[in-house]
Amino acid sequence: MKIDQESLQKIAHLARLEVKPEEEAEMLSSLNSVLTWMEELNEIDTENVKPLTHITLEINALREDKVIPSISRAEGLFNAPKQDGEYFRVPKVVE
Amino acid sequence: MSQNYTTLSQIQSDIQTGQTSCVELVDFYLENISLQNSKLNAFVEVFANEAKQKAIEIDQKIKVGTSGKLAGMVLGIKDLLCYRDHVSQAGSNILKGFQSQFNATVVQRVLDEDAIIIGRQNCDEFGMGSSNENSSYGPAYNAIGENRVPGGSSGGSAVAVQANMCFASLGTDTGGSVRQPAAFCGLVGLKPTYSRVSRWGLIAYASSFDCIGPITKTVQDAALLLEVIAGKDENDSTVSTIEVQDYSSFVSEKKTYKIGYLKEAIESGLQPEVKEATLKKLADLQAQGHTVEAVDFPMIKYFLPTYYILTTAEASSNLSRFDGVKYGHRNNEAKELIEMYKTSRSEGFGKETRKRIMLGTFVLSASYYDAYYTKAQKVRRLVKEYTDFLLEKYDFIVCPTTPTTAYKLGEKTTDPLQMYLGDLFTVQANVVGLPAISIPNGTDSEGLPIGFQIMAGAFQEAELLAFAKEIV
Repeated sequence: MKIDQESLQKIAHLARLEVKPEEEAEMLSSLNSVLTWMEELNEIDTENVKPLTHITLEINALREDKVIPSISRAEGLFNAPKQDGEYFRVPKVVE
Repeated sequence: MSQNYTTLSQIQSDIQTGQTSCVELVDFYLENISLQNSKLNAFVEVFANEAKQKAIEIDQKIKVGTSGKLAGMVLGIKDLLCYRDHVSQAGSNILKGFQSQFNATVVQRVLDEDAIIIGRQNCDEFGMGSSNENSSYGPAYNAIGENRVPGGSSGGSAVAVQANMCFASLGTDTGGSVRQPAAFCGLVGLKPTYSRVSRWGLIAYASSFDCIGPITKTVQDAALLLEVIAGKDENDSTVSTIEVQDYSSFVSEKKTYKIGYLKEAIESGLQPEVKEATLKKLADLQAQGHTVEAVDFPMIKYFLPTYYILTTAEASSNLSRFDGVKYGHRNNEAKELIEMYKTSRSEGFGKETRKRIMLGTFVLSASYYDAYYTKAQKVRRLVKEYTDFLLEKYDFIVCPTTPTTAYKLGEKTTDPLQMYLGDLFTVQANVVGLPAISIPNGTDSEGLPIGFQIMAGAFQEAELLAFAKEIV
Protein backbone atom coordinates (compact mmCIF):
# COMPACT_ATOMS: atom_id res chain seq x y z
CA MET A 1 0.00 0.00 0.00
CA LYS A 2 1.30 3.41 -0.94
CA ILE A 3 -0.30 6.78 -0.44
CA ASP A 4 -0.46 8.86 -3.63
CA GLN A 5 -0.92 12.57 -4.05
CA GLU A 6 -4.71 12.35 -4.18
CA SER A 7 -5.08 10.22 -1.05
CA LEU A 8 -2.55 12.45 0.72
CA GLN A 9 -4.84 15.44 0.19
CA LYS A 10 -7.85 13.40 1.28
CA ILE A 11 -6.15 12.40 4.55
CA ALA A 12 -5.04 15.99 5.10
CA HIS A 13 -8.64 17.14 4.72
CA LEU A 14 -9.86 14.51 7.21
CA ALA A 15 -7.13 15.59 9.64
CA ARG A 16 -8.01 19.27 9.07
CA LEU A 17 -4.47 20.02 7.97
CA GLU A 18 -3.08 21.74 4.91
CA VAL A 19 -0.35 20.11 2.87
CA LYS A 20 1.01 22.71 0.49
CA PRO A 21 2.15 21.60 -3.01
CA GLU A 22 5.79 22.18 -2.10
CA GLU A 23 5.44 19.95 0.98
CA GLU A 24 3.79 17.04 -0.81
CA ALA A 25 6.86 15.15 -2.00
CA GLU A 26 8.57 15.05 1.39
CA MET A 27 5.37 14.18 3.26
CA LEU A 28 4.58 11.39 0.78
CA SER A 29 7.97 9.75 1.03
CA SER A 30 8.02 10.10 4.79
CA LEU A 31 4.54 8.62 5.29
CA ASN A 32 5.13 5.81 2.83
CA SER A 33 8.40 4.72 4.40
CA VAL A 34 6.78 4.54 7.85
CA LEU A 35 3.75 2.68 6.48
CA THR A 36 5.95 0.13 4.72
CA TRP A 37 7.72 -0.46 8.00
CA MET A 38 4.38 -0.80 9.82
CA GLU A 39 3.34 -3.48 7.34
CA GLU A 40 5.92 -5.82 8.88
CA LEU A 41 3.13 -6.73 11.28
CA ASN A 42 1.56 -8.72 8.44
CA GLU A 43 4.26 -11.35 9.01
CA ILE A 44 2.47 -12.33 12.22
CA ASP A 45 -0.50 -14.66 12.17
CA THR A 46 -3.27 -13.00 14.19
CA GLU A 47 -6.13 -15.05 12.75
CA ASN A 48 -7.66 -16.04 16.09
CA VAL A 49 -6.44 -13.16 18.24
CA LYS A 50 -8.86 -10.67 19.74
CA PRO A 51 -7.80 -7.02 19.55
CA LEU A 52 -6.58 -5.58 22.86
CA THR A 53 -8.67 -2.47 23.31
CA HIS A 54 -8.11 -1.56 26.96
CA ILE A 55 -4.93 -1.59 28.95
CA THR A 56 -6.34 -0.66 32.35
CA LEU A 57 -7.70 -3.36 34.66
CA GLU A 58 -10.48 -1.10 35.88
CA ILE A 59 -13.89 -2.02 34.48
CA ASN A 60 -16.45 0.58 35.47
CA ALA A 61 -15.48 3.61 37.49
CA LEU A 62 -18.75 4.60 39.10
CA ARG A 63 -19.47 7.62 41.22
CA GLU A 64 -22.50 9.13 42.85
CA ASP A 65 -24.68 11.11 40.48
CA LYS A 66 -24.42 14.47 42.13
CA VAL A 67 -24.03 17.95 40.73
CA ILE A 68 -20.65 19.51 41.40
CA PRO A 69 -19.40 22.86 40.14
CA SER A 70 -17.39 22.91 36.95
CA ILE A 71 -15.22 25.82 35.79
CA SER A 72 -17.06 29.11 35.32
CA ARG A 73 -18.01 30.53 31.94
CA ALA A 74 -15.42 33.26 32.32
CA GLU A 75 -12.72 30.68 33.01
CA GLY A 76 -13.92 28.56 30.09
CA LEU A 77 -13.67 31.50 27.72
CA PHE A 78 -10.44 32.83 29.18
CA ASN A 79 -8.09 31.20 26.67
CA ALA A 80 -10.26 31.66 23.57
CA PRO A 81 -8.61 33.56 20.71
CA LYS A 82 -12.00 35.18 19.97
CA GLN A 83 -15.02 35.36 22.28
CA ASP A 84 -17.76 37.79 23.18
CA GLY A 85 -18.17 37.15 26.90
CA GLU A 86 -20.79 34.48 26.28
CA TYR A 87 -19.72 32.46 23.26
CA PHE A 88 -16.67 31.37 21.33
CA ARG A 89 -16.64 33.27 18.03
CA VAL A 90 -15.75 31.52 14.75
CA PRO A 91 -15.88 32.55 11.07
CA LYS A 92 -19.17 32.19 9.23
CA VAL A 93 -20.41 28.57 9.04
CA VAL A 94 -23.48 28.85 6.78
CA GLU A 95 -23.97 30.86 3.61
CA MET B 1 28.07 25.75 51.67
CA SER B 2 27.09 23.73 48.61
CA GLN B 3 23.40 22.98 48.23
CA ASN B 4 24.16 20.21 45.78
CA TYR B 5 22.21 17.37 47.40
CA THR B 6 21.46 13.94 45.99
CA THR B 7 18.74 12.78 48.40
CA LEU B 8 15.75 14.53 49.91
CA SER B 9 16.31 12.81 53.25
CA GLN B 10 19.71 14.55 53.49
CA ILE B 11 18.10 17.88 52.62
CA GLN B 12 15.43 17.40 55.25
CA SER B 13 17.85 16.47 57.97
CA ASP B 14 20.10 19.44 57.10
CA ILE B 15 17.10 21.77 57.24
CA GLN B 16 16.34 20.41 60.70
CA THR B 17 19.85 21.17 61.90
CA GLY B 18 19.84 24.59 60.28
CA GLN B 19 22.54 23.83 57.71
CA THR B 20 20.26 24.71 54.85
CA SER B 21 16.73 25.97 54.20
CA CYS B 22 14.18 26.02 51.41
CA VAL B 23 15.10 29.65 50.77
CA GLU B 24 18.77 28.78 50.32
CA LEU B 25 17.93 25.80 48.15
CA VAL B 26 15.68 27.83 45.85
CA ASP B 27 18.41 30.49 45.55
CA PHE B 28 20.93 27.79 44.68
CA TYR B 29 18.77 26.35 41.89
CA LEU B 30 17.82 29.81 40.57
CA GLU B 31 21.50 30.74 40.46
CA ASN B 32 22.27 27.57 38.45
CA ILE B 33 19.38 28.31 36.12
CA SER B 34 20.65 31.82 35.48
CA LEU B 35 24.16 30.50 34.84
CA GLN B 36 23.27 27.57 32.59
CA ASN B 37 19.79 27.77 31.15
CA SER B 38 20.61 30.07 28.25
CA LYS B 39 22.99 27.37 27.05
CA LEU B 40 21.05 24.21 27.96
CA ASN B 41 17.46 25.44 27.34
CA ALA B 42 16.03 23.04 29.92
CA PHE B 43 13.50 25.44 31.44
CA VAL B 44 11.11 27.30 29.16
CA GLU B 45 9.71 29.33 32.06
CA VAL B 46 10.99 29.89 35.58
CA PHE B 47 8.65 30.77 38.45
CA ALA B 48 11.36 32.59 40.41
CA ASN B 49 9.33 34.91 42.65
CA GLU B 50 6.70 32.32 43.40
CA ALA B 51 9.32 29.73 44.30
CA LYS B 52 11.06 32.19 46.62
CA GLN B 53 7.76 33.06 48.30
CA LYS B 54 6.81 29.41 48.66
CA ALA B 55 10.23 28.64 50.16
CA ILE B 56 9.63 31.14 52.96
CA GLU B 57 6.23 29.57 53.69
CA ILE B 58 7.57 26.04 53.76
CA ASP B 59 10.55 26.93 55.94
CA GLN B 60 7.96 28.30 58.37
CA LYS B 61 5.89 25.11 58.18
CA ILE B 62 9.00 23.01 58.85
CA LYS B 63 9.74 25.13 61.90
CA VAL B 64 6.31 24.49 63.40
CA GLY B 65 6.28 20.85 62.34
CA THR B 66 3.38 20.95 59.88
CA SER B 67 5.29 20.38 56.64
CA GLY B 68 4.52 17.63 54.11
CA LYS B 69 6.55 14.70 52.82
CA LEU B 70 8.19 16.66 50.02
CA ALA B 71 9.22 19.71 52.04
CA GLY B 72 12.63 20.77 50.78
CA MET B 73 12.11 19.35 47.32
CA VAL B 74 12.45 21.84 44.46
CA LEU B 75 10.74 20.38 41.42
CA GLY B 76 10.46 21.14 37.74
CA ILE B 77 7.51 20.01 35.65
CA LYS B 78 7.40 19.04 32.01
CA ASP B 79 5.56 21.46 29.75
CA LEU B 80 2.81 18.84 29.29
CA LEU B 81 1.40 19.12 32.81
CA CYS B 82 -1.29 21.62 33.73
CA TYR B 83 -0.57 23.99 36.62
CA ARG B 84 -3.35 26.36 37.55
CA ASP B 85 -2.89 29.97 36.36
CA HIS B 86 0.37 28.99 34.70
CA VAL B 87 1.10 28.55 31.03
CA SER B 88 1.41 25.01 29.59
CA GLN B 89 2.24 24.78 25.92
CA ALA B 90 3.20 21.14 25.36
CA GLY B 91 6.27 22.44 23.50
CA SER B 92 3.90 23.58 20.75
CA ASN B 93 2.93 26.82 19.08
CA ILE B 94 -0.65 25.64 18.84
CA LEU B 95 -1.00 26.16 22.60
CA LYS B 96 0.73 29.52 22.61
CA GLY B 97 -0.19 31.37 25.79
CA PHE B 98 -2.56 28.66 27.10
CA GLN B 99 -3.09 29.11 30.83
CA SER B 100 -4.50 26.20 32.73
CA GLN B 101 -7.68 26.67 34.77
CA PHE B 102 -6.90 23.75 37.07
CA ASN B 103 -4.06 21.64 38.48
CA ALA B 104 -3.13 18.26 37.09
CA THR B 105 -3.69 15.66 39.81
CA VAL B 106 0.06 15.03 40.09
CA VAL B 107 0.74 18.76 40.41
CA GLN B 108 -1.90 19.10 43.13
CA ARG B 109 -0.45 16.12 45.01
CA VAL B 110 3.14 17.34 45.03
CA LEU B 111 1.97 20.82 46.09
CA ASP B 112 -0.10 19.28 48.89
CA GLU B 113 3.10 17.64 50.17
CA ASP B 114 4.97 20.97 50.04
CA ALA B 115 7.13 20.53 46.98
CA ILE B 116 8.21 23.83 45.42
CA ILE B 117 7.63 24.05 41.66
CA ILE B 118 10.38 26.18 40.18
CA GLY B 119 9.44 26.13 36.49
CA ARG B 120 8.23 24.28 33.45
CA GLN B 121 10.54 22.31 31.26
CA ASN B 122 11.30 21.90 27.59
CA CYS B 123 10.09 18.79 25.77
CA ASP B 124 9.30 17.43 22.33
CA GLU B 125 5.97 18.73 21.05
CA PHE B 126 3.17 16.78 22.81
CA GLY B 127 5.83 14.27 23.84
CA MET B 128 6.47 13.23 20.24
CA GLY B 129 10.19 12.76 19.93
CA SER B 130 13.28 11.11 21.38
CA SER B 131 15.80 13.94 21.34
CA ASN B 132 13.95 17.11 22.41
CA GLU B 133 14.61 18.47 18.90
CA ASN B 134 10.87 18.74 18.08
CA SER B 135 10.11 21.61 20.45
CA SER B 136 8.72 25.01 19.56
CA TYR B 137 11.17 26.36 22.14
CA GLY B 138 14.14 24.91 20.29
CA PRO B 139 16.24 21.96 21.45
CA ALA B 140 17.48 21.33 24.99
CA TYR B 141 21.10 20.26 25.33
CA ASN B 142 22.70 17.48 27.34
CA ALA B 143 25.01 18.98 29.98
CA ILE B 144 27.57 16.25 29.28
CA GLY B 145 29.45 16.22 25.99
CA GLU B 146 29.61 18.70 23.16
CA ASN B 147 26.36 19.26 21.24
CA ARG B 148 24.69 16.06 22.50
CA VAL B 149 20.94 15.54 22.76
CA PRO B 150 19.47 15.06 26.25
CA GLY B 151 17.04 12.45 24.94
CA GLY B 152 13.32 12.99 24.80
CA SER B 153 10.65 13.67 25.02
CA SER B 154 11.24 14.78 28.65
CA GLY B 155 14.65 16.18 27.65
CA GLY B 156 14.45 19.45 29.55
CA SER B 157 13.26 17.63 32.66
CA ALA B 158 16.32 15.38 32.63
CA VAL B 159 18.84 18.14 31.90
CA ALA B 160 17.41 20.32 34.67
CA VAL B 161 18.17 17.61 37.25
CA GLN B 162 21.48 16.69 35.64
CA ALA B 163 22.70 20.30 35.77
CA ASN B 164 21.35 21.02 39.28
CA MET B 165 18.75 23.51 38.10
CA CYS B 166 16.19 21.70 40.25
CA PHE B 167 16.26 18.69 42.55
CA ALA B 168 13.85 16.42 40.64
CA SER B 169 11.38 16.54 37.75
CA LEU B 170 8.03 15.16 36.76
CA GLY B 171 8.11 13.91 33.18
CA THR B 172 5.81 11.80 31.06
CA ASP B 173 6.52 8.50 29.33
CA THR B 174 4.53 7.28 26.31
CA GLY B 175 7.25 5.14 24.70
CA GLY B 176 10.30 5.80 26.86
CA SER B 177 10.16 9.57 27.34
CA VAL B 178 11.14 9.44 31.03
CA ARG B 179 13.57 6.50 30.92
CA GLN B 180 15.49 7.38 27.77
CA PRO B 181 16.42 10.97 28.76
CA ALA B 182 17.21 9.72 32.28
CA ALA B 183 19.61 7.19 30.69
CA PHE B 184 21.20 9.83 28.43
CA CYS B 185 21.73 12.16 31.39
CA GLY B 186 22.94 9.63 33.99
CA LEU B 187 19.78 9.73 36.12
CA VAL B 188 17.00 7.51 37.44
CA GLY B 189 13.77 7.53 35.41
CA LEU B 190 10.65 5.63 36.45
CA LYS B 191 7.66 4.74 34.31
CA PRO B 192 4.95 3.32 36.56
CA THR B 193 2.38 0.68 35.61
CA TYR B 194 -0.23 2.10 33.23
CA SER B 195 -3.06 3.58 35.34
CA ARG B 196 -0.97 3.71 38.54
CA VAL B 197 -0.90 7.51 38.28
CA SER B 198 -3.83 9.70 37.28
CA ARG B 199 -3.52 11.33 33.87
CA TRP B 200 -5.87 14.20 34.77
CA GLY B 201 -4.21 17.41 33.62
CA LEU B 202 -1.64 15.66 31.44
CA ILE B 203 -2.02 17.02 27.90
CA ALA B 204 -2.80 13.80 26.05
CA TYR B 205 -0.65 12.23 23.36
CA ALA B 206 -1.69 8.54 23.34
CA SER B 207 -4.10 7.85 26.15
CA SER B 208 -3.61 4.09 26.40
CA PHE B 209 0.17 4.57 26.68
CA ASP B 210 0.75 7.85 28.55
CA CYS B 211 2.25 7.62 32.06
CA ILE B 212 3.60 10.33 34.35
CA GLY B 213 6.85 9.48 36.11
CA PRO B 214 9.69 11.06 38.11
CA ILE B 215 13.25 11.82 37.01
CA THR B 216 15.60 11.90 40.00
CA LYS B 217 19.18 11.35 41.06
CA THR B 218 18.32 8.38 43.28
CA VAL B 219 15.92 5.46 43.39
CA GLN B 220 14.89 6.59 46.90
CA ASP B 221 13.44 9.84 45.65
CA ALA B 222 11.79 8.18 42.64
CA ALA B 223 10.02 5.90 45.13
CA LEU B 224 9.00 8.79 47.32
CA LEU B 225 7.60 10.80 44.41
CA LEU B 226 5.67 7.81 43.09
CA GLU B 227 4.19 7.27 46.53
CA VAL B 228 2.91 10.85 46.49
CA ILE B 229 1.55 11.02 42.93
CA ALA B 230 0.06 7.50 42.60
CA GLY B 231 -3.43 6.34 43.44
CA LYS B 232 -7.08 6.67 42.66
CA ASP B 233 -8.59 9.88 41.44
CA GLU B 234 -12.16 10.85 40.66
CA ASN B 235 -11.03 12.74 37.60
CA ASP B 236 -9.51 9.77 35.74
CA SER B 237 -11.82 6.83 35.13
CA THR B 238 -8.96 4.59 34.00
CA VAL B 239 -6.78 5.10 37.07
CA SER B 240 -6.23 2.04 39.23
CA THR B 241 -8.02 1.63 42.56
CA ILE B 242 -5.33 -0.78 43.77
CA GLU B 243 -3.84 0.43 47.06
CA VAL B 244 -0.62 2.46 46.81
CA GLN B 245 2.26 0.86 48.71
CA ASP B 246 4.94 2.53 50.83
CA TYR B 247 7.45 2.34 48.03
CA SER B 248 9.99 4.45 49.91
CA SER B 249 10.28 1.97 52.77
CA PHE B 250 11.87 -0.54 50.37
CA VAL B 251 10.52 -3.68 51.95
CA SER B 252 11.11 -6.51 49.51
CA GLU B 253 9.94 -10.04 49.92
CA LYS B 254 12.98 -11.68 48.39
CA LYS B 255 16.72 -11.42 48.72
CA THR B 256 17.55 -12.92 45.35
CA TYR B 257 15.57 -12.73 42.15
CA LYS B 258 15.05 -14.55 38.88
CA ILE B 259 16.04 -12.26 36.08
CA GLY B 260 15.52 -12.72 32.37
CA TYR B 261 17.39 -10.65 29.83
CA LEU B 262 16.27 -10.23 26.24
CA LYS B 263 18.74 -12.14 24.10
CA GLU B 264 17.61 -10.31 20.96
CA ALA B 265 18.27 -6.98 22.66
CA ILE B 266 21.87 -7.83 23.49
CA GLU B 267 22.51 -9.15 19.99
CA SER B 268 20.80 -6.36 18.08
CA GLY B 269 23.69 -4.12 17.12
CA LEU B 270 24.28 -2.24 20.36
CA GLN B 271 27.02 0.34 20.69
CA PRO B 272 29.90 -1.92 21.90
CA GLU B 273 30.34 -0.04 25.18
CA VAL B 274 26.62 -0.31 25.96
CA LYS B 275 26.80 -4.06 25.31
CA GLU B 276 29.89 -4.40 27.49
CA ALA B 277 28.36 -2.46 30.39
CA THR B 278 25.15 -4.48 30.17
CA LEU B 279 26.97 -7.84 30.14
CA LYS B 280 29.06 -6.73 33.08
CA LYS B 281 25.92 -5.78 35.00
CA LEU B 282 24.42 -9.19 34.26
CA ALA B 283 27.59 -10.92 35.49
CA ASP B 284 27.52 -8.82 38.66
CA LEU B 285 23.92 -9.78 39.30
CA GLN B 286 24.80 -13.43 38.92
CA ALA B 287 27.75 -13.02 41.29
CA GLN B 288 25.36 -11.47 43.85
CA GLY B 289 23.34 -14.68 43.82
CA HIS B 290 20.55 -13.75 41.43
CA THR B 291 19.51 -16.17 38.71
CA VAL B 292 20.18 -14.60 35.31
CA GLU B 293 18.94 -16.27 32.14
CA ALA B 294 18.65 -15.32 28.49
CA VAL B 295 15.11 -15.28 27.17
CA ASP B 296 13.91 -15.23 23.59
CA PHE B 297 11.45 -12.63 22.47
CA PRO B 298 11.24 -13.17 18.73
CA MET B 299 8.55 -10.50 18.46
CA ILE B 300 10.92 -7.71 19.50
CA LYS B 301 11.06 -6.28 15.95
CA TYR B 302 7.29 -5.77 16.02
CA PHE B 303 7.23 -3.62 19.18
CA LEU B 304 7.89 -0.36 17.37
CA PRO B 305 5.52 -0.74 14.39
CA THR B 306 2.77 -1.72 16.85
CA TYR B 307 3.58 1.27 19.00
CA TYR B 308 3.57 3.74 16.11
CA ILE B 309 0.30 2.53 14.61
CA LEU B 310 -1.53 2.75 17.91
CA THR B 311 0.02 5.97 19.23
CA THR B 312 -0.40 7.89 15.97
CA ALA B 313 -4.03 6.76 15.86
CA GLU B 314 -4.65 7.92 19.42
CA ALA B 315 -2.76 11.15 18.78
CA SER B 316 -4.78 12.02 15.68
CA SER B 317 -7.90 11.69 17.78
CA ASN B 318 -6.57 13.45 20.91
CA LEU B 319 -5.09 16.36 18.96
CA SER B 320 -8.34 17.08 17.14
CA ARG B 321 -9.24 19.32 20.10
CA PHE B 322 -6.69 21.90 18.94
CA ASP B 323 -8.86 23.76 16.46
CA GLY B 324 -8.20 27.46 17.08
CA VAL B 325 -11.54 27.93 18.84
CA LYS B 326 -11.15 27.26 22.56
CA TYR B 327 -7.51 28.08 23.19
CA GLY B 328 -4.16 28.61 21.59
CA HIS B 329 -3.25 29.74 18.11
CA ARG B 330 -5.81 30.85 15.53
CA ASN B 331 -5.33 32.01 11.95
CA ASN B 332 -7.34 35.23 11.77
CA GLU B 333 -7.21 35.54 7.99
CA ALA B 334 -9.41 32.53 7.29
CA LYS B 335 -12.85 33.44 5.92
CA GLU B 336 -14.73 30.26 6.76
CA LEU B 337 -14.68 27.64 9.48
CA ILE B 338 -13.00 24.60 7.88
CA GLU B 339 -10.35 26.86 6.40
CA MET B 340 -9.79 28.36 9.85
CA TYR B 341 -9.31 24.90 11.36
CA LYS B 342 -6.87 23.86 8.66
CA THR B 343 -4.75 26.99 8.64
CA SER B 344 -4.66 27.29 12.44
CA ARG B 345 -3.61 23.66 12.89
CA SER B 346 -1.07 23.71 10.07
CA GLU B 347 0.57 26.84 11.46
CA GLY B 348 0.44 25.69 15.08
CA PHE B 349 1.68 22.11 14.89
CA GLY B 350 5.30 21.27 14.15
CA LYS B 351 6.40 18.96 11.36
CA GLU B 352 6.67 15.69 13.33
CA THR B 353 3.31 16.26 14.98
CA ARG B 354 1.63 16.96 11.62
CA LYS B 355 3.15 13.78 10.25
CA ARG B 356 1.92 11.68 13.16
CA ILE B 357 -1.59 13.14 12.88
CA MET B 358 -1.56 12.24 9.18
CA LEU B 359 -0.38 8.69 9.91
CA GLY B 360 -2.99 8.26 12.64
CA THR B 361 -5.75 9.60 10.42
CA PHE B 362 -4.70 7.17 7.70
CA VAL B 363 -4.59 4.05 9.93
CA LEU B 364 -8.01 4.95 11.32
CA SER B 365 -9.60 5.67 7.94
CA ALA B 366 -12.42 3.31 6.95
CA SER B 367 -10.54 1.41 4.24
CA TYR B 368 -7.40 0.76 6.29
CA TYR B 369 -8.71 0.49 9.84
CA ASP B 370 -8.58 -3.32 9.99
CA ALA B 371 -5.33 -3.69 8.09
CA TYR B 372 -3.41 -1.35 10.40
CA TYR B 373 -5.23 -0.35 13.57
CA THR B 374 -7.02 -3.62 14.40
CA LYS B 375 -3.95 -5.59 13.35
CA ALA B 376 -1.78 -3.60 15.76
CA GLN B 377 -4.30 -4.10 18.58
CA LYS B 378 -4.06 -7.85 17.98
CA VAL B 379 -0.28 -7.80 18.00
CA ARG B 380 -0.45 -5.71 21.18
CA ARG B 381 -2.35 -8.58 22.79
CA LEU B 382 0.26 -11.12 21.65
CA VAL B 383 3.13 -9.00 22.98
CA LYS B 384 1.30 -8.53 26.27
CA GLU B 385 0.47 -12.22 26.68
CA TYR B 386 4.04 -13.27 26.00
CA THR B 387 5.48 -10.59 28.30
CA ASP B 388 3.09 -11.63 31.07
CA PHE B 389 4.11 -15.25 30.51
CA LEU B 390 7.79 -14.34 30.89
CA LEU B 391 7.04 -12.40 34.05
CA GLU B 392 5.45 -15.45 35.58
CA LYS B 393 8.80 -17.21 35.20
CA TYR B 394 10.99 -14.21 36.03
CA ASP B 395 10.72 -11.43 38.58
CA PHE B 396 12.23 -8.92 36.18
CA ILE B 397 13.12 -8.52 32.52
CA VAL B 398 16.25 -6.44 31.98
CA CYS B 399 18.07 -4.87 29.04
CA PRO B 400 19.98 -1.70 28.24
CA THR B 401 17.63 1.30 28.25
CA THR B 402 18.90 2.49 24.87
CA PRO B 403 21.03 0.92 22.10
CA THR B 404 23.48 3.85 22.17
CA THR B 405 24.49 6.70 24.44
CA ALA B 406 23.41 10.29 23.67
CA TYR B 407 23.98 11.14 20.02
CA LYS B 408 24.69 14.53 18.46
CA LEU B 409 21.98 17.02 17.61
CA GLY B 410 20.84 16.65 14.03
CA GLU B 411 22.36 13.18 13.73
CA LYS B 412 19.04 11.35 13.45
CA THR B 413 16.61 14.01 12.30
CA THR B 414 16.95 13.18 8.62
CA ASP B 415 15.93 9.52 8.97
CA PRO B 416 12.84 9.17 11.17
CA LEU B 417 13.11 5.39 11.31
CA GLN B 418 16.61 5.64 12.82
CA MET B 419 15.22 7.97 15.46
CA TYR B 420 12.31 5.61 16.18
CA LEU B 421 14.65 2.59 16.56
CA GLY B 422 16.33 4.25 19.54
CA ASP B 423 13.14 3.52 21.50
CA LEU B 424 13.28 -0.21 20.77
CA PHE B 425 13.86 -1.32 24.37
CA THR B 426 11.69 1.22 26.14
CA VAL B 427 8.44 0.90 24.15
CA GLN B 428 7.70 -2.62 25.31
CA ALA B 429 6.71 -1.43 28.78
CA ASN B 430 4.23 1.03 27.27
CA VAL B 431 2.82 -1.42 24.74
CA VAL B 432 2.02 -3.84 27.58
CA GLY B 433 1.38 -1.26 30.33
CA LEU B 434 4.04 -2.48 32.78
CA PRO B 435 6.36 -0.57 35.14
CA ALA B 436 10.01 -0.06 34.19
CA ILE B 437 12.90 1.94 35.54
CA SER B 438 16.16 3.15 34.06
CA ILE B 439 19.15 3.36 36.38
CA PRO B 440 22.67 4.59 35.61
CA ASN B 441 25.11 1.90 34.48
CA GLY B 442 28.45 3.56 33.89
CA THR B 443 29.63 5.65 30.98
CA ASP B 444 31.17 5.16 27.54
CA SER B 445 34.68 6.25 26.55
CA GLU B 446 33.49 9.83 26.04
CA GLY B 447 31.95 9.93 29.50
CA LEU B 448 28.37 9.72 28.20
CA PRO B 449 26.03 7.88 30.58
CA ILE B 450 24.67 4.38 29.89
CA GLY B 451 21.28 3.26 31.24
CA PHE B 452 20.12 -0.15 32.48
CA GLN B 453 16.40 -0.91 32.32
CA ILE B 454 14.44 -3.18 34.65
CA MET B 455 10.83 -4.08 33.90
CA ALA B 456 8.48 -5.81 36.34
CA GLY B 457 4.96 -7.22 36.42
CA ALA B 458 1.89 -5.02 36.77
CA PHE B 459 1.80 -3.05 40.04
CA GLN B 460 5.09 -4.60 41.21
CA GLU B 461 6.64 -1.16 41.75
CA ALA B 462 7.61 -1.96 45.35
CA GLU B 463 9.74 -4.95 44.32
CA LEU B 464 11.03 -3.11 41.24
CA LEU B 465 12.20 -0.12 43.27
CA ALA B 466 13.70 -2.24 46.05
CA PHE B 467 15.68 -4.25 43.50
CA ALA B 468 16.77 -1.14 41.59
CA LYS B 469 17.99 0.50 44.78
CA GLU B 470 19.96 -2.64 45.61
CA ILE B 471 21.81 -2.89 42.31
CA VAL B 472 22.27 0.74 41.26
